[in-house]
Amino acid sequence: MRVVHYLNQFFGGLGAEEFAGATPEVREGAVGPGRLLEQLLGEGAKVVKTVVAGDNYAVENLDALAALVVKEVREAGGDLFVAGPCFQAGRYGVAAGAVCAAVQRELGIPAVTGMGLENPGVDLYRRDLYIVDSGGSVAAMREVLSRMAALAHKLLSKQEIGSPAEEGYFAHGLLRDAFVDKTAAERLVEMVYAKATGAPYESELTPTVFPAIPAPPPIADLSRARIAIVTDTGVVPKGNPDKIAPIAATNWGSYDISGVDDLRGEDFEVSHRGYDTRYVTEDPDRAVPVDALREFEKQGVIGKLHDRFVSTSGMVNPLANSRRLGREIAQRLKEEGVDAVVLVSA
Amino acid sequence: MTSVVPVAKMVGANRIIQGNGIVHPLGAADLPPAEEKELRRRILREAFEALQKDAGETD
Repeated sequence: MRVVHYLNQFFGGLGAEEFAGATPEVREGAVGPGRLLEQLLGEGAKVVKTVVAGDNYAVENLDALAALVVKEVREAGGDLFVAGPCFQAGRYGVAAGAVCAAVQRELGIPAVTGMGLENPGVDLYRRDLYIVDSGGSVAAMREVLSRMAALAHKLLSKQEIGSPAEEGYFAHGLLRDAFVDKTAAERLVEMVYAKATGAPYESELTPTVFPAIPAPPPIADLSRARIAIVTDTGVVPKGNPDKIAPIAATNWGSYDISGVDDLRGEDFEVSHRGYDTRYVTEDPDRAVPVDALREFEKQGVIGKLHDRFVSTSGMVNPLANSRRLGREIAQRLKEEGVDAVVLVSA
Repeated sequence: MTSVVPVAKMVGANRIIQGNGIVHPLGAADLPPAEEKELRRRILREAFEALQKDAGETD
């Protein structure tokens, strides 16, 4: 079994954050955790190549990285591709997910990775990939790699993959038909009985988890702060230049408002099918408050109204998708020097 | 700034300001234009206050 492995700069032995910009390196054989992986995959398994890249390079160049990895795996005649495990390292997880997805799609060989629940890579790629739940502690490396190895063997030999709970991977969010002996009513009564008597039971529905978000620090001096408007009300320039879908939007747009004191209804439209959009169409300031913020800027209450407002449509949007949009918008606004955002949500 | 505060709380937003209706979070179609604009200013001032406090202190 020929295995190709992906690691970030830290696990690849280049160094810590100061090497996060490192461009990809291709090494022969196993590196770092790859040695343990090789051992756990058992006899006949060989990590033939390891691709190492810095986390910042990786997330800023996902397409180029994925193309490089696909090429290397193809040339190496890989049977299996493994990335990480990445634990809670967010950029690492996003990169690992992207390269695994590309290898699986382009080459049709199994790809396995591992991440902790709060790694953004989980939401982005759980539907497409087998992502083993690594938890957050690097100390669990051996255990995580052995579960990844076990899953890889099953995928390679095309055995049936058990449930997420049995195999330790994140649910893909798919429903699988299965025969059960008891009706829903019987299962319900059993569950209530177990709950009342303190016995263990497992719900058949898993609630969505919203990890705690650390609060950004307050703005020290509003009169010097650059404030941007972000909205999910779907306000877009006439003609909807970015074709933002009114339902389950997959993209967002950023629109110039420099020198504009007041948004006029005739210049905008609303792409959102979740509320009565007449009022915002009539006066877009009701969702994108350029008029009032421009006044506050002139009075010196705020330092600057950012020259562009950001818009998308927040309507029946899958959570993973919304989170991706949010991350992309936040990254862009940080690059543009925005200090704070007023986010208007319908 | 939203008119559906429970959802904002559910997803873990740190600084939440009550908007004035789903159809116009920062507007009021039934008010004369000058009063509507004043309402918009008032909601934005609340947002500015929230932005200048530790999120633990905000309502």
